[in-house]
Amino acid sequence: MAQPDTGTNNMVSLPALLRRNAASFGSSAAFREKEYGIWQTWSWAKALDEAESFALGLIELGIQPGDFVAVLGRNRPDLYISMIAIQMVGATPVPQYQDSVAEEMEYVLAHCGAKFVVAGDQEQVDKILEIQSKLPDFEQMIYLDGRGLRKYDHSKLHSFSSVMDRGKNSGQNSRSILNDREGSLNYDSTCVMLYTSGTTGRPKGVVLSNANIIETAKTTCEFDNLQQSDEVLAYLPMAWIGDFIFSVGQAMWSGFCVNCPESADTLSTDLREIGPTYYFAPPRIFEMQLTNVMIRMEDSGRFKKWLFDYFMEHARHVGANILDGKSVGFGSRIKYFLGELTVYGPLKNTLGLSKVRVGYTAGEAIGPEIFDFYRSLGINLKQLYGQTEASVYITQQPDGEVHGDTVGVPTPGVEVRISDNGEVYYRSPGTFVEYYKNPESTADTKDPEGWVATGDAGFFEEDTGHLRIIDRAKDVAKMSDGSMFAPKYVENKLKFYPNILEAVVFGAGKERCVAFVNIDLSAVGNWAERNNIAYSSYQELAGHTKVLETIKEHIEEVNISISEDKMLAGCQVHRFIVLHKELDADDGELTRTRKVRRKIIGEKFKDLVAALYDGSGSVYTETEVTYEDGRKGKISANLNIMDAHVINQANIAAE
Amino acid sequence: MSTTEGYMTADGRQIGGVVMEMKNITLKFGGVTAIEDISFDIHEGEIRAIIGPNGAGKSSMLNVISGFYVPQQGEVFFRGTKRAQLKPFEVARQGIARTFQNIALFEGMSVLDNVMTGRLTHMKAGIISQSLWRGSAEREEMANREICERVIDFLEIQSIRKTPVSRLPYGLKKRVELARALASEPKLLLLDEPMAGMNVEEKEDMSRFILDVNDEFGTTIALIEHDMGVVMDLSDRVVVMDYGKKIGDGTPNEVRNNQAVIDAYLGVSHD
Repeated sequence: MAQPDTGTNNMVSLPALLRRNAASFGSSAAFREKEYGIWQTWSWAKALDEAESFALGLIELGIQPGDFVAVLGRNRPDLYISMIAIQMVGATPVPQYQDSVAEEMEYVLAHCGAKFVVAGDQEQVDKILEIQSKLPDFEQMIYLDGRGLRKYDHSKLHSFSSVMDRGKNSGQNSRSILNDREGSLNYDSTCVMLYTSGTTGRPKGVVLSNANIIETAKTTCEFDNLQQSDEVLAYLPMAWIGDFIFSVGQAMWSGFCVNCPESADTLSTDLREIGPTYYFAPPRIFEMQLTNVMIRMEDSGRFKKWLFDYFMEHARHVGANILDGKSVGFGSRIKYFLGELTVYGPLKNTLGLSKVRVGYTAGEAIGPEIFDFYRSLGINLKQLYGQTEASVYITQQPDGEVHGDTVGVPTPGVEVRISDNGEVYYRSPGTFVEYYKNPESTADTKDPEGWVATGDAGFFEEDTGHLRIIDRAKDVAKMSDGSMFAPKYVENKLKFYPNILEAVVFGAGKERCVAFVNIDLSAVGNWAERNNIAYSSYQELAGHTKVLETIKEHIEEVNISISEDKMLAGCQVHRFIVLHKELDADDGELTRTRKVRRKIIGEKFKDLVAALYDGSGSVYTETEVTYEDGRKGKISANLNIMDAHVINQANIAAE
Repeated sequence: MSTTEGYMTADGRQIGGVVMEMKNITLKFGGVTAIEDISFDIHEGEIRAIIGPNGAGKSSMLNVISGFYVPQQGEVFFRGTKRAQLKPFEVARQGIARTFQNIALFEGMSVLDNVMTGRLTHMKAGIISQSLWRGSAEREEMANREICERVIDFLEIQSIRKTPVSRLPYGLKKRVELARALASEPKLLLLDEPMAGMNVEEKEDMSRFILDVNDEFGTTIALIEHDMGVVMDLSDRVVVMDYGKKIGDGTPNEVRNNQAVIDAYLGVSHD
């Protein structure tokens, strides 16, 4: 299908784009959601109709321009439509992480003074009711799924459909208000406010204008040639800028269809059924999928295992080259074709990635083995580098120029420079307006000329011109002997082992590095099953001697690999602990986007860090844990501290 | 509280009139008296629990309600009419569905197929239409599938829709059994130890589902359960049985303070 008519001049807001889409291809699918076992479709015309009705309903409920409306729930067409409706009435949507606990939400909702809340289901409604006494601005709540809410006091509670009905039946007065408010939207009006996950300190509300979102969507759709016929699966948290750009910004601009899964548990089935052409996932998802594939191959028959190993070995050599259109021998191509028939094709189909034309991964560094695995299958997986403040895009990899260890070239329209201390700065049309109610932080981050500090240390590779990110700028530190300490670099290497889910390395200002390790329960659990190792809990498995030995082997392999890098040879891990609990966002140890909060972990487990340095062989510890419903409990454990062999030669060479 | 009119629960729900009444039920197996002269009623829309120590006759009572056992003495009234001896499918047709203490699903069939069997009493199409899958059979199946899908959505088992039941863990099988019972759109739902063998989390989920079923569909529920905490939280009224006799009947609070119940559960010295 042809690229939609752009008519850039009056396309100054997302509601305007929605109207354009409804007018130019109104009967095409805008959203799909699987419900009651069947994919239900919203055409662009229906999406516009619902957005208008909901917007009118909001006006009837008394929403004012400039109000903030929190949107919380899993990815559903109604929630995406409600965000556009909220913009129509001049208010600002503030999507929330659906798994946030009530206290986390309390800070954000009180900070922006949200008057309205659109909630997905009873679980989300309950959270708001729990904290509503602390939210003086809170007025009304609207829910999608009324299950279990029948007995609730409905004085401040409305069902989504009742609000739409009120909108449909509203009089001329409301309609003219809607026209006025929608007409007054311009390129500079606020499009959305997203709270950064807050690796450090309190979350900050990033205000993004229509210009930020639409300009970014426009250039990036052109960069990857996204079409109206493309399909995406919306399954990442709506509060995350990535989802907003992919499922709202780019979807509205190109007019492609956004598919919402039936539930979190059915994701892999839904992915297979939809077969997205444009796919985004954080490295963690790719890791998880790969781990699952590997586990299942271990369980399969001998012939299948051999076939898989044989063709995957071949794909590792030529797959990526074929994908990049480089010259590959005729014999190798034939063999790759056979592999496609027997292994790659069926595997891609199982993963739901058969049709992927453009795939991206970002958020964290992806392991080279994982990255290469997908590329060798012929999936055009690329990396991009970005952040909320940039409306995602800072750099991205063009087709055919993909390297595992870089994040690509600046996105069209984005200027990138490296400061003297190695920090990456950028300036772009997507650069955020401000942090809401936080001029100091805004000034700290964005200088008057519009340059924004990313907080990441990196450099441009001389031969390729691609940006390479080393670590968070503030995490890069010196060890006591003055050599460079880049924890993330080591952690990423460790995390590439399927058995290791998470690793946290300490060593700033010390003479040696030490590490915490989280085992991956699915991988290690499967290994335990195959080796007849019985265990009753995560804690017991994590403390098993054979598991500790395996992790030790992994760490020693990483040490060897690190020792080859002269600059970072000092970062070899001398001692480590396999943690007795999984690091969790509910306990504040990870951010909601599952990034490690190094400082908090260091403080919380300071007894363990001390034990790692004082040379003791084991340590007793008690840890407070938060359950999903917010209750707290304690777990205690006796942890063995393991020593790992380090390569000394390189250490001397580094000095 | 044994009036035929409805009443108001502590949390403000209006309970309807009597749907089922058991009058002086006595059930014997040879020389063993399983149930001895028990009378109680179940009101429309309430959650009614039957509790008691092992061997008290709870499951026998449930089987009398479901029509599987026919008592030697006494009468069962369902919706005001005295019930004659019925075959199981006739009971199902009357709008009574149940789950079993030891799960009774079709192990080789998928979850969806198992749930669909709950619609069996609602299928009217003839054998020819069924085998050709044309006309009324096709329409009927689509309508029935929709109802099943709503139940699947309600109980959040979408991800195992196509999974054979034999591959499911115990807790999920219990949920599938509940789904099958719900698929028949029962007026009265009988649950035989819905929480037996479950862990705390599974129990919490199941409790939530039972309350939601009652709340959302207005289904009257009679359940047998051992977990006292669950019973006291869920039910509106409780019948307590011991050695085939009724020793208590009332709200959870009344029952909790009933001396006979305390004695039955904690034991009493016989001197």
